Amino acid sequence: MKIVNQPLRKKDAMQLVTGQPVYMDDIAPANCLVVKLLRSPHANAIVTSINTAIAAKVPGIEAIYTWEDVDQDARRFTCAGQTYPEPSPYDRLLLDRHVRFVGDPVAIVAGETEKAVDKALSLIKVQYEILEPILDFHQSLDNKILIHPEDNWESLCPVGADNKRNLCAHDECGAGDIEAVLADCDVVIDRVYHTKAVQQTMMETFRTFCTIDTYGRLNVVSSTQIVFHCRRIIANALHIPQTKIRVSKPRIGGGFGAKQTSITEIYPAFVTWMTKKPSKLIFSREESMIASTPRHEMEVHVRVGAMNDGKIRAIDVYTLSNTGAYGEHGPTTVGLSGHKSIPLYRTESYRFVSDVVYTNRMSAGAYRGYGATQGLFAVESAVNELAAKLDIDPIELREMNIAREGDMMPAYYDSWNTSSALDRCLKRVREMSRWDEKYPVRDMGNGKVRSLGIGMSMQGSSIPFVDVGSATLKVNDDGFYTLIIGSADMGTGCDTVLAQIAAEVLECEYDDVTVFGADTDVSPYDSGSYASSTTYLTGKAVEICAQKLRGKICALGAQLLGCSADEVVFDGRCVTRTQPAADGKNSIALADIATASMCGNSVALEETVTKSSPVSPPPYMVGVAEVEVDLLTGQAEVIEFNAVVDCGTPINPNLARVQAEGGILQGIGMALMENITYTPEGRVVENSLMQYKIPSRVDIGHIHVEFESSYEGTGPFGAKSIGEVVINTPGPAIAHAIYNATGHRYYELPITPEQIVMPEK
Amino acid sequence: MLINIVLNGKKITREIEPDLLLIDFVRKEGCFSVKRGCETSNCGLCTVFLNDKPVLSCSLLAARADGQQVTTLEGLQEEAAEFGAFIADQGAEQCGFCNPGFIMNALALFRENPEPGEEEIKEYLAGNLCRCSGYEGQLRGILNFLAWKKDKKRGVSL
Amino acid sequence: MITIREYKKAATLEEAWELNQKRMNRVIGGMLWVKMTKGNVGTVIDLSGLGLDKIEETETEFRIGCMATLRQLEEHPGLAAYSGGAVKEAMRHIVGVQFRNLATVGGSVYGRFGFSDVISVLMVMDAYVEMYKGGIIPLAEFVNMPYDRDILVRIIIKKNKASFSYQTVRISKTDFPVLTCAAAVTDKDVRIAVGARPGKAMLLIDRQQLAGLPVTAAGAQAFAEYAAQVIPTGNTNRGSAQYRTHLIKVLAQRTVLEAGGKAGC
Repeated sequence: MKIVNQPLRKKDAMQLVTGQPVYMDDIAPANCLVVKLLRSPHANAIVTSINTAIAAKVPGIEAIYTWEDVDQDARRFTCAGQTYPEPSPYDRLLLDRHVRFVGDPVAIVAGETEKAVDKALSLIKVQYEILEPILDFHQSLDNKILIHPEDNWESLCPVGADNKRNLCAHDECGAGDIEAVLADCDVVIDRVYHTKAVQQTMMETFRTFCTIDTYGRLNVVSSTQIVFHCRRIIANALHIPQTKIRVSKPRIGGGFGAKQTSITEIYPAFVTWMTKKPSKLIFSREESMIASTPRHEMEVHVRVGAMNDGKIRAIDVYTLSNTGAYGEHGPTTVGLSGHKSIPLYRTESYRFVSDVVYTNRMSAGAYRGYGATQGLFAVESAVNELAAKLDIDPIELREMNIAREGDMMPAYYDSWNTSSALDRCLKRVREMSRWDEKYPVRDMGNGKVRSLGIGMSMQGSSIPFVDVGSATLKVNDDGFYTLIIGSADMGTGCDTVLAQIAAEVLECEYDDVTVFGADTDVSPYDSGSYASSTTYLTGKAVEICAQKLRGKICALGAQLLGCSADEVVFDGRCVTRTQPAADGKNSIALADIATASMCGNSVALEETVTKSSPVSPPPYMVGVAEVEVDLLTGQAEVIEFNAVVDCGTPINPNLARVQAEGGILQGIGMALMENITYTPEGRVVENSLMQYKIPSRVDIGHIHVEFESSYEGTGPFGAKSIGEVVINTPGPAIAHAIYNATGHRYYELPITPEQIVMPEK
Repeated sequence: MLINIVLNGKKITREIEPDLLLIDFVRKEGCFSVKRGCETSNCGLCTVFLNDKPVLSCSLLAARADGQQVTTLEGLQEEAAEFGAFIADQGAEQCGFCNPGFIMNALALFRENPEPGEEEIKEYLAGNLCRCSGYEGQLRGILNFLAWKKDKKRGVSL
Repeated sequence: MITIREYKKAATLEEAWELNQKRMNRVIGGMLWVKMTKGNVGTVIDLSGLGLDKIEETETEFRIGCMATLRQLEEHPGLAAYSGGAVKEAMRHIVGVQFRNLATVGGSVYGRFGFSDVISVLMVMDAYVEMYKGGIIPLAEFVNMPYDRDILVRIIIKKNKASFSYQTVRISKTDFPVLTCAAAVTDKDVRIAVGARPGKAMLLIDRQQLAGLPVTAAGAQAFAEYAAQVIPTGNTNRGSAQYRTHLIKVLAQRTVLEAGGKAGC
């Protein structure tokens, strides 16, 4: 491989490091109306009256919209970026008279300047009938308070939803007789784990601008991972046909799943559609913390049953998930808490039951890991506790029990494990972390101890039978290529990775492939950048597309050489006859073929491939945290984090490594410092970067990532995914390390210094 | 009110409102590299030089920059490209949104301390948040850049 | 962010003070805190034209202008030497270098916030606040005074024979402290200042000489336990009162021992 598996610079690298204006707010028209939202201060309320008369008189105000401008009985919609028909309930209105969390929008204000809009916002008079909220997700199910009592609430798919029970989804599955097997085990670890609604906290907040184009259509440019889903969502929200809408994306300043939900789009879309003027909405950081789409708060009850010799025989998981005020990714995230944790191990029996409930909190959504993170914190912590109970080394215990290549995995949709280097990952991480020397704990002699902890991770590679990845490739004048995709590079570098795949197949230079990003008018259909699908699925589409395009190049080349297509070969530069010709015309350059294609030609030098996959081969990862704990103050710091990743073939090792390092640090933040608390009225306290602390570079020692690659035959050049698997190991690894440091177990994240010093509280 | 600022070497005079923040002033002048990431002066995305000091442009009134020199990445393109190449070679410029502020502050560090150690680098850049990269790749890029600079100074060719 | 009707760079302290007597007007230091507030300000008064951004050192004292930045304090060699690194330690966790290039000593001290590392470390030094009209006031007294419309002109630190230490507990390195503790060991006594309780820094002098002079480990422990008994703490989302009380025991012991060690050298 000449280009795949090479650490090439990203295509946009130099533009980014020199600060070129390539993000939404750098390219938005200067005359955009500024759009802002007035938000409910109450967790559950009905807007009884709203008076915008005085606000509307502020100079520069273009329009103010309230629930009175929105048909409350019209069909609801979801903002979740999922394949249609979405598992997510249709439970939203553009502006709802019933507001369901502190921060739920009450009015849309559009004006010429930010100052005018801010002034108008402060002059809108709202009266609320305050209702009792449900703030504790343990109280949601069958509570007499209904968060979605409305008649036009809809569930399109059989996910077990019932708005009359505050139930967003329910599922059950299993294999074998779980109770019998557990009863027969020597040891059962039976624990309940809790994770909170942590935030993706990408550096660029949510933002969208809209214009009306030459054809009177709504043109939406948004920092989004899901252009095609947004088009449908906007059509649903505005009750206008999809054909009237175009959605495209510029450079995105990070997403991590936050932008897999339509957060901002529908509001400026509405303003521009109504006023026919350009408008833009940029969320403040505060709005991005209180009215966005964080990780689902989950309570995961795990039972792991094993024999004294270390054989794990049964895993039972019950997840209670808090989807907040709107369903969004509720029905879909919960499944990963069991299906991307239990299958790490061979078991005789498993069971996985889940409930997703509504509460009067901001709606949760997609955050890297998408339920796996929460489930893996629970299951891996339980396995670590099992290891201690059995007095078996935690790495050895895993080596004894992990599913291996060739296994059937009942808890992973009854699919085969076709590629796994997890065993090599475990072996290598032992060496990297100097496990034998440092595990479990060393006293540093100054009131501090250093300890190790471990966690494994798996994820998927696209959603089988659902996700669609596509690619269009065409040959241009000069013999260079344009690759048109519908998946969104949000900083991950997928533009680059996909170009590498194309260039490898086409045997051209990486710079000869120009990438055109997601635009609903132009791109072939792609579900979008989520579910770790871009490299594996869209990448496969690119690979197949490039193969097919080679065929077309050969066909036209052969035609021009006067022979048949099976008499020529293509080496990336020329189409050449395998047998020399009588007239000496043995070969023709790609550039000449391209030129010829523009004159008297009926062979399109263009190809489109759409790909779905019946399988979702898991990437694997093992992480070991070395944590230093000050036993007197409780301060804990990750001195070193060692990880080994099996993502199949890393298409770009640099980008794969940085993805892993970034995901690991997000996991560390979730484990040690990213906390979410609420006031009694349901307001989020951590509403800024001053209160919600993501790791800075002085909060971490070193992160070391290596790769042990399996080869996944169904993926492009043997690749699987890497985007999400990388965030799941720090949670259990750090909790384990802190146990080894202090002797106390922690079942909730984050683990704060106070909890380390005063565990009983 | 009227202010005079030397922005990236160019002297400009503008009529502004007294509460205009420097970040909005420079962005209006086309310096789009300067990004806003928060409202609480925590993220460092908006870092610019006021005279020779790295400061948060989101927290400075444009009025206060009257008579001063303001430098953004637009005015340091050569240095940015030279140093940025080392970040690019790590793939550490992921979404890129933190890069201008980070690179401004890194350039400030190199000017203040041409041969910083690892801890000094991390501490100087502590106020530049990044959510994508885990900081490790950025550190590799910085160390490689510093080694390259040192070799260049010594006349060693690589 | 506030709205501002007028911006005035004061040419004299008297002009600044005059303007500040009006209720609608405000003095800004680094503006970092003010920027996070809302409301309408009439005239914002900028003191940056008054040459108050200097740190002067004489044989007997430091005179720190109100507009000197936290970064200047952090980097000043004289302060570093005098404080044994305690001043730098107090500054270096505050957000970032760019932040500290704007944040002023005057703004930090005038604000009298509980979380202030600046006040905590100055409190154990022989520090005074010089107010334009109000004269020179000991810092320990100043922090308990209500806000008024006077102008803070400079901080004065009188040099004594003393060793200092500063430590904090933070959940993450650039966060607000959960607790701050500064210690000073002079030739006469041992004293600590505990801040972020969450209340303002409180000065505690070891009048019973529990710590010993020279300081012993057991003595430091005894004084620390006493401090934990008498210094009140409260609950915030970063920590409970109980935890803070525990931390007083730990940090007081550590800083007193560290300062005592420096004194012994």
